[in-house]
Amino acid sequence: MKDMSAYWRENLRLVIGCIIVWFVVSYGFGILLVKPMNAIPLGGYKLGFWFAQQGSIYIFVALIFFYMVRMNKLDRKYNVHEE
Amino acid sequence: MELKTMTFLVVGFTFALYIYIAIRSKAATTGEFYVAGKGVHPVLNGMATGADWMSAASFISMAGMIAFQGYDASVFLMGWTGGYVLLAMLLAPYLRKYGKYTVPAFIGDRYYSRTARVTAVICLIVASLTYVIGQMKGIGVAFSRFLEVSFELGLVAGMIIVFIYAVLGGMKGVTNTQIAQYCVLIFAYTIPAIFISLQLTGNPIPQLGLGGSMADGTHLLKKLDQVLVELGFAEYTAQKGGTLNIFLYTMSLMIGTAGLPHVIIRFFTVPKVRDARSSVGWALVFIAILYTTAPAVGAMARLNLMETIQTGEIGSPDGNLLYEERPDWFKNWEKTGLLVFEDKNNDGRIQYYGPGLDAQAESFGWKGSEMVKVDNDIMVLANPEIAHLPNWVIALVAAGGIAAALSTAAGLLLAISSAISHDVLKGILMPDLTDKGELLAGRLAMAGAIIVAGYFGLHPPGFAAQVVALAFGLAASSIFPALMMGIFSKKVNRSGATFGMLAGIGSTLVYIFWFKGWFFIPGTEMMANTPDNWFLGISPEAFGSVGALINFIVAFTVSSFTPAPPEHIQHLVEDIRIPSGAGAAQDH
Repeated sequence: MKDMSAYWRENLRLVIGCIIVWFVVSYGFGILLVKPMNAIPLGGYKLGFWFAQQGSIYIFVALIFFYMVRMNKLDRKYNVHEE
Repeated sequence: MELKTMTFLVVGFTFALYIYIAIRSKAATTGEFYVAGKGVHPVLNGMATGADWMSAASFISMAGMIAFQGYDASVFLMGWTGGYVLLAMLLAPYLRKYGKYTVPAFIGDRYYSRTARVTAVICLIVASLTYVIGQMKGIGVAFSRFLEVSFELGLVAGMIIVFIYAVLGGMKGVTNTQIAQYCVLIFAYTIPAIFISLQLTGNPIPQLGLGGSMADGTHLLKKLDQVLVELGFAEYTAQKGGTLNIFLYTMSLMIGTAGLPHVIIRFFTVPKVRDARSSVGWALVFIAILYTTAPAVGAMARLNLMETIQTGEIGSPDGNLLYEERPDWFKNWEKTGLLVFEDKNNDGRIQYYGPGLDAQAESFGWKGSEMVKVDNDIMVLANPEIAHLPNWVIALVAAGGIAAALSTAAGLLLAISSAISHDVLKGILMPDLTDKGELLAGRLAMAGAIIVAGYFGLHPPGFAAQVVALAFGLAASSIFPALMMGIFSKKVNRSGATFGMLAGIGSTLVYIFWFKGWFFIPGTEMMANTPDNWFLGISPEAFGSVGALINFIVAFTVSSFTPAPPEHIQHLVEDIRIPSGAGAAQDH
């Protein structure tokens, strides 16, 4: 049982980390900080605009796969993976 | 070949394909009917989720909203994708581990309460039914515009197709057709986008073309900003709405997305918990292909539109397009009433400009912007014609729009019918129902749901456009918090969850009705729906996230004053938190 609470704590830490990134790229760079970010060019994009209409979506995809890989490892570490 | 014949052929071919798939995927058990026997490959389920999620609004309307709102439409781009991150990390794997067939079944078990289950069923049906009405309308519009058959005939044809595969095959049939529909819709969306990006920027990848340069060396977005500002419109890449509202609107769409039952149940169909995690990722990959293309389509279509009309210097006598010389696509869309021109100053030329140019425009002899109506939907639908693409591409866009509407409608109808047959009939009214009886009940519920949705499609309630906000608001303020607390907290109990859901929906409904009229009845609104009246500038569409917050606060507060959940519920929560032990085809 103690193992399981350690597993859950590690899971929560991972989730919180991912949610912070999720928040920063969309709500941070794409909304709250969009004006200062827009001063920075990225090719023909303004950076804040790019995060709002392109970048945040790419990072969302990457985050889910990152979470999946880390969770699959965590499942094996605590021996709770599926057969 | 003539366009109409070509469109009939392409749409007819896709319909034949859907029916062929339907015949091959008949459901034999309730497990197959509700969750496709839990045997769908995670990548294929990702594709099916893509079609399930991307509705007529995503396919037809979104690029147009981006074209006319610029940066502010980022709300939809982030809002309708960011929810998948929440789904992957907070809900999908745990709900898959639990292994039940419906979302209300989990809520009922976790909160050991029929009231909670019934509350969840009501939220689900209201959210899904309002959503379906929009899809039915989309099917009818696509038919009437491209095939020139009547709206009613188009809608009935769509209903019959859905009827065949959803009633026969349930989730199994819906999944297999959604996979085919995803392929149709993504080709239909990206091919015109690639050609337009090539024409404007020389780059075949629209996502890069949007950040690329035009033939004269200026950046496309910079050029668009300039053109719009010169003509008195707001700058494309600049923020126009209030920051708090944009923030909360995005949040409402994200948690609403994660809480929509027809999306959640898609992840009940994969074999394992780890498949649920990867399948959400694949779903977002397939969705992102369209969602990162849409901003390019929007910006490029807007630029094309502006430059088609404003051919020369602003204010010069021959700087505007002669109405007589307007292109064919312009004429075609005028016929539908989605594009309306009115020659206010009788000079035979078209002036299209924004409020910023009003003062100056008078000195040019202009008497107001003459493009009286430019509907959002034109941007995607007329795109192939604006870019002079061959007829088969236009036909493909028609088939794509229909595929997007059909696939979403089927997914929603399945969520509704399974809630009726599994949660209401088997779960509450007739617990002794056999598997065979429940399967029949499921098919009947599906048939009934299609007829009700079709009725509303033919006789859309006046508030049809308003209700999408309601669907997301309900899902965000009721279902998402109840599910999340059910997994991440052992303390939230029956009373907490039920009062939380009621407080969440109640506050959201009151706020929406306050500005849009009680039950959307015109004239009953308490205040005009304008930003000045909104509480802290929060629009009714954005209030779902506030409702969710209220739900969380009420649930935790009530739970702290009432007895903790019984021990077997605590064990249930511990069990769903670990992947091992999930049966491939768990019976219950």
